[in-house]
Amino acid sequence: MFGKEYTIAALEAICQDIIEHEEELNHLDNAIGDGDHGTNMARFSRIILQELPKIQEEKDELGEIFHYVGMRCINEIGGSAGPLFGTFFLRAGMAAAGKTVLSAADWVTAFAAGSMGVSQLGKSSEGDKTMLDAMFPAVRAMQEAAGTGGSLPEVFAAGVEAAENGVVYTKTIQANKGRASYLGSRSIGHQDPGATTIMLMLQAMHKVAVEREVE
Amino acid sequence: MKKFINGSENVEAEVNRGLALSKPNILRQLPGCNVMVRQNLKTDRVALVFGCGSGHEPAPNGYVGYGMLDAGIPGKIFSSPTPDMILKGIKEVQNEAGVLCLIVNYTGDVLNFRLAMEMAQMENIAVESVIIADDVATQKNKSVGRRGLAGVVLVMKIAGAEAELGSDLYRVKEVTEWAASGLRTIGVACRPCIIPSDGEPSFELGEQEMEIGMGLHGEPGVLRCNMMTVKETVHQMLELILLDCNYENSEVAVLINGLGGTPPMELYAVNDCVHQYLGEAGIKIYDTMIGNYMTSMEMGGFSISLMRLDPHLKALYDMAAVTPIIRR
Repeated sequence: MFGKEYTIAALEAICQDIIEHEEELNHLDNAIGDGDHGTNMARFSRIILQELPKIQEEKDELGEIFHYVGMRCINEIGGSAGPLFGTFFLRAGMAAAGKTVLSAADWVTAFAAGSMGVSQLGKSSEGDKTMLDAMFPAVRAMQEAAGTGGSLPEVFAAGVEAAENGVVYTKTIQANKGRASYLGSRSIGHQDPGATTIMLMLQAMHKVAVEREVE
Repeated sequence: MKKFINGSENVEAEVNRGLALSKPNILRQLPGCNVMVRQNLKTDRVALVFGCGSGHEPAPNGYVGYGMLDAGIPGKIFSSPTPDMILKGIKEVQNEAGVLCLIVNYTGDVLNFRLAMEMAQMENIAVESVIIADDVATQKNKSVGRRGLAGVVLVMKIAGAEAELGSDLYRVKEVTEWAASGLRTIGVACRPCIIPSDGEPSFELGEQEMEIGMGLHGEPGVLRCNMMTVKETVHQMLELILLDCNYENSEVAVLINGLGGTPPMELYAVNDCVHQYLGEAGIKIYDTMIGNYMTSMEMGGFSISLMRLDPHLKALYDMAAVTPIIRR
């Protein structure tokens, strides 16, 4: 189970890690997009870091926290990443509505709901070289880990491994969505920045779960 | 980077304030943001909303006014406006006749508008959209479809005029889609632009090179080659349009759009070649618009758009409009 304290700590770690990888994400995006994914995600992360104390003070339900983060994504990140990451958090928030703690199974449900939301909004699926290539494998791996009674750190670890593999997979495929799709087969060989960000997020959540010994 | 700006932070706001101040009788800027609405909002006619990234001035806000846009919503430079701003514009101009959103076909624009329209519908606002995808340099069978280019300016004129006639939302949408279906655009670039926050050219082209089909943000085109004469360039470009859409025996409106870094002198020379080529191809030109209608800051290059006109579209094209850029 994890509650507000872990969630705030995980958000902090996610934002810090994204800021740390700003250049790398820009670099990845530069090869197949417009090169601003890192800048946009880092700008959003700095805003969330600044607002974390307020979020911690004002919000108790985890669904509310996810919803708040989702709205900030939508209105601050811009481009296509804003609506997509925002929808992920909004849908995850709906799945976690009313809850102050989440079990491993609850978390997987919320993560899956968020991923489905991204797929619906973007009219996209696995294999299009998008963040879904990290998300959907992570959903399946975490479902399996939670289903066999894994602890939260184990569930996150399974998600991280699947997302990492998904990120590697994006290098081998052609983009069918977004700006990268204009490159056609020239997009092959490049790693998808959106999938990379999802991987970073799961890595941060795993790291904090281990540090805090969340069960 | 040589630009007359105060810095990259507030450039969008400064640009829009400058535009609003120039035409206070036509434009009203909503406080604290860059959303622009027309003065004397209509109360019983479909409202037309368009948004795109900043850096494409005078689009979108130069087309706000009678007979064209009711609200213009610019995003940050080369970035779609966000749903909160789109929703703000929709809510400001909406009335019982409903709202039609024009969207240029980029993933960011489509997603941000989709979310904003969902939010508007939750507030019981009747809102529909038409996606403009006129770039023949991109394939239409791909799942993302074609990019949207300067042709949207011609569509705005049509949609705004049909709305002023008092047609209902579905009729305005239908006419707009009809106009968009006969619209094709092809661009060419020879010099990059610089996004202020980057300070670096958005793409690299050799001193003697140009790229046909390059997008408004430097997206890849169809042919990179050494500079050709304007006649050869126009021929290559129109060939791509005419291979894609049969305009034979049609009457068309032509838009020669400068990307910001190409002077009127060259644009008129472009038009000379366009008229000659289309004349020989048996395509009748009803009217030609030449100028910087949808730019990419200081990018060198231009685009050519053709929009098929039937008698109804011709009438709409000629109807009155009072905006900072288009006045009839």
